[in-house]
Amino acid sequence: MSAPTKGSGTTWVGRAIRRLEDPALVTGQGRFTADLPAAHWVRFVRSSVAVGKITNIAAPEGAHVITAADLKGVKRIRPMLHKFNYIPVEQPILAEDVVRFVGEPVAAVVAMSEEEAEDIADQIEVEIAETKPLVDARDAIAKGATLVHAQVPINVIVEGKVRTPDFDATWKGAHKIIKVDARSRRQNATPMEARAGHAIYEASTGRVTFTCTTQMPHLMRTAIADVLGFPESDLRVIAPDVGGGFGQKMSLAPEYVVLVWLARKFKSSFAWTEDRRENLIAGFHSRDQHVTLEGAFDKNAKLVALNADILANIGAYSCFPTTCGVEPLMAMAEMPGPYDVRQYACLSRGVITNTCPMAPYRGVSRPVITFVLERLMDKAAAAFGIDPIEIRRRNLIDKFPYTSAMGLVFDEATYKQTMEMAVEHIGLPAFRVRQKEARAKGRHLGIGFATFSERTGYGSPAFAARGMEITPGWETVILSIDPSGFVEARIGSSPHGQGLRTTLAQIIADELGITPQLIKVIHGDTDRAPYGWGTFASRSLVISGGATLIAARKVRAKLIKIASHMLEAAPEDIVLEDGAAKVAGTDRSISIAKMAREAYHQTHRFKGEIEPGITETGTYDPPGTFSNACHVAIVDVDVETGRVAVEKFLVAEDAGLIINPMIADGQVHGGIAQGIGNALLEEIIYDSDGGILTATLADYLPPTAHEIPPIELHHIETHTSASITKAKGLGEGGTIGAPAAVINAINDALSPFGVSIDEMPATPQRIRAALRAAGEAA
Amino acid sequence: MTEKSNITLNINGRNHAIGVEPRRTLADAIREDCGQTGTHIGCEHGVCGACTVIVDGEPVRSCLMFAVQAAGKKIRTVEGLAKGDELHPMQRAFMEHHGLQCGFCTPGFLMLAVGVLEREPDISNEDLLDVLASNLCRCTGYQNIIKAVRAAAAEMRGAR
Repeated sequence: MSAPTKGSGTTWVGRAIRRLEDPALVTGQGRFTADLPAAHWVRFVRSSVAVGKITNIAAPEGAHVITAADLKGVKRIRPMLHKFNYIPVEQPILAEDVVRFVGEPVAAVVAMSEEEAEDIADQIEVEIAETKPLVDARDAIAKGATLVHAQVPINVIVEGKVRTPDFDATWKGAHKIIKVDARSRRQNATPMEARAGHAIYEASTGRVTFTCTTQMPHLMRTAIADVLGFPESDLRVIAPDVGGGFGQKMSLAPEYVVLVWLARKFKSSFAWTEDRRENLIAGFHSRDQHVTLEGAFDKNAKLVALNADILANIGAYSCFPTTCGVEPLMAMAEMPGPYDVRQYACLSRGVITNTCPMAPYRGVSRPVITFVLERLMDKAAAAFGIDPIEIRRRNLIDKFPYTSAMGLVFDEATYKQTMEMAVEHIGLPAFRVRQKEARAKGRHLGIGFATFSERTGYGSPAFAARGMEITPGWETVILSIDPSGFVEARIGSSPHGQGLRTTLAQIIADELGITPQLIKVIHGDTDRAPYGWGTFASRSLVISGGATLIAARKVRAKLIKIASHMLEAAPEDIVLEDGAAKVAGTDRSISIAKMAREAYHQTHRFKGEIEPGITETGTYDPPGTFSNACHVAIVDVDVETGRVAVEKFLVAEDAGLIINPMIADGQVHGGIAQGIGNALLEEIIYDSDGGILTATLADYLPPTAHEIPPIELHHIETHTSASITKAKGLGEGGTIGAPAAVINAINDALSPFGVSIDEMPATPQRIRAALRAAGEAA
Repeated sequence: MTEKSNITLNINGRNHAIGVEPRRTLADAIREDCGQTGTHIGCEHGVCGACTVIVDGEPVRSCLMFAVQAAGKKIRTVEGLAKGDELHPMQRAFMEHHGLQCGFCTPGFLMLAVGVLEREPDISNEDLLDVLASNLCRCTGYQNIIKAVRAAAAEMRGAR
């Protein structure tokens, strides 16, 4: 295996080079939070009941136990939105007088070992006067329901409403109304590394270094310093190697606040490693939405109006920093998806219940809305007696830029082209023949399509539209060449598996004419990286990549200026390649290493015309860009058992310019696996008392290698003007399209039975129940 | 709390004399007492396989074995796969075929695959898939892990 090299006349961008991250990770040299030694271990005592008043907490003699009473002066977590009738609710760091969900931290036990902390925690008795919980969102908004927080009437914490001016008239004039009543059950993002934190006090400076599994190290610093009331400069947050996040590690864990509080109070080191049960019951949940969607079509099967009612169960508290508005409000903004529809009405509500708080999970609401919208399209196709592909042909957006009914601007994309590409590669006519033959033998194959848009790389205006008190968006990159000639990029993004160290190095390498292997990308340390938002929302390669390109262009300009001075040549004659500046058409050149020495140690030679050192900053805050794809699933449904096997999966995708095809394909693969888990397997189940029945990985079922079929990928690369690198984001697309494709395929397979599966996950029990009901009705 | 037993764990050819409670899992002993943190803990109930190590030639989930049960046995972890600077074919294949993203489950997959292929070099593709389905990965969607393990298997067979 030779080191990858750049071919003559080619660029590093666009090449499937191996990842710079990998050598450490395959040799056991990765450094994860739980690898750090600590003087003290912390175990959290969690509520075993969903709702009630705490009447007593009894700890064994001599145990070191922290409760809310000890945390005097510590603020509660208060996420805030300034729009959409949002009502702020506060989450105490440890439960105060009441608990609101099973798993809520009530006390923290401190001991010298993890085992000892667990032993003591087991002996702590928390007495709670239990009352009846609200678990389901529909129950929580029913008349007379109890209130989870007294200040939130009817348990609706956020409410978005829209109705375009001609909606009612268009609705009345429609030829057909098609309806889908859909449910997406609750999930847990389930990163393989559960959450962990490690806080250590440094006596020499009075600072605390807090290492944790986060996607947003700077936001953790801001949040923890705010809640505890001390200067941010006294806190260093490190996100070391992070074992997956998928959104779950964006939000502030109250447990983290306790760890930093302990370190400051007792001037020592404190560690907590969440176990899998804690993660499944209290490590933030996701999805859990009811969506009723009606589409009004004209006589040509053209969608003319869309009416949506979205009910998102957001759990017992709002998450920080995004707030619980993230799911219902994105669902409202993006429900029309990739289809041209001018009239739109929507009521979208976030509902508080006595369940684990919700946080973003890869795809954020779009796996749900794509599932519902794609069910609507398939149902409408059946009602009009046309092919599912034909109805999409008549409705997909194909003129750009396109401004949606919600005012979103869609940049250049290929909704129709990717669908036609998928249809061609999957061999639809041949499949229909095979499906017919299989049916004759009692075997039920089905094919399902999902076309969708994936809004990616959006900057602060997009988040500001939601009225977020903390409005993310931009990213900053500081790029420098040190005196030894090595290149370092310090970035505010915080990758945790996405390979961003490699892809950003590819972008820099092309600008500076060096190899990516010479470039170090530094992230996840608030002492070393510039303030930034982190890695989420398919944003890092677009936004941090754009900031990297801006910084790299400035460094390039500076190198050319230095070279021009040293080589006594005109700047326009200088080219940067092979680690040197060369004068075009001559053999005169000077290495970057030599120029770097000069820039730091021989600055007098520049006679004040060039500033010392080589450090440039780039900041990028783009409007956002839409990736798009068509997903196709072929499934085999066993009607006797209700078991579904996904036989094949195909994707035709357009994510703009692909920086590293190997990494891009890996992102899509992983997203599809999570999407298949969403469609078939993964469900957090509460009983009516608010207890969780799925608290192990034997009950909550992420897919294994057995459930994921071969995945065939095809790319179109549309170079958008909405991203300066021409790259669009693609981190979430797999998760967004796969559930819809799989569920549509199941419904296609079961079409002879007259059932409609509109609930995820489509477990064997649900499929059998639908088939039994259809059988009894027949 | 109970009394500690003095045991010796042989990890990657090196002896570690440690004192552990009988309930100490092998995974915790390897990480906390022997300082070999390349072995990761993902679930502590034997489902995810992130903690897979090789004990006397067999891949085992080190969260389901007590440290005292492994005393005197030959334990191999991810830190012992490479020979000096020369990576094991399985490590190289994972890099070459993008069989890892966040890298948390990777040590477990490497040890699982190496352990099984050393025992059954000619394992069928179907049986190999069964083996790989015993560990969980949340990032890759498994396709590239399967590709990597098949490529390494071919290389390991060629080297026999």
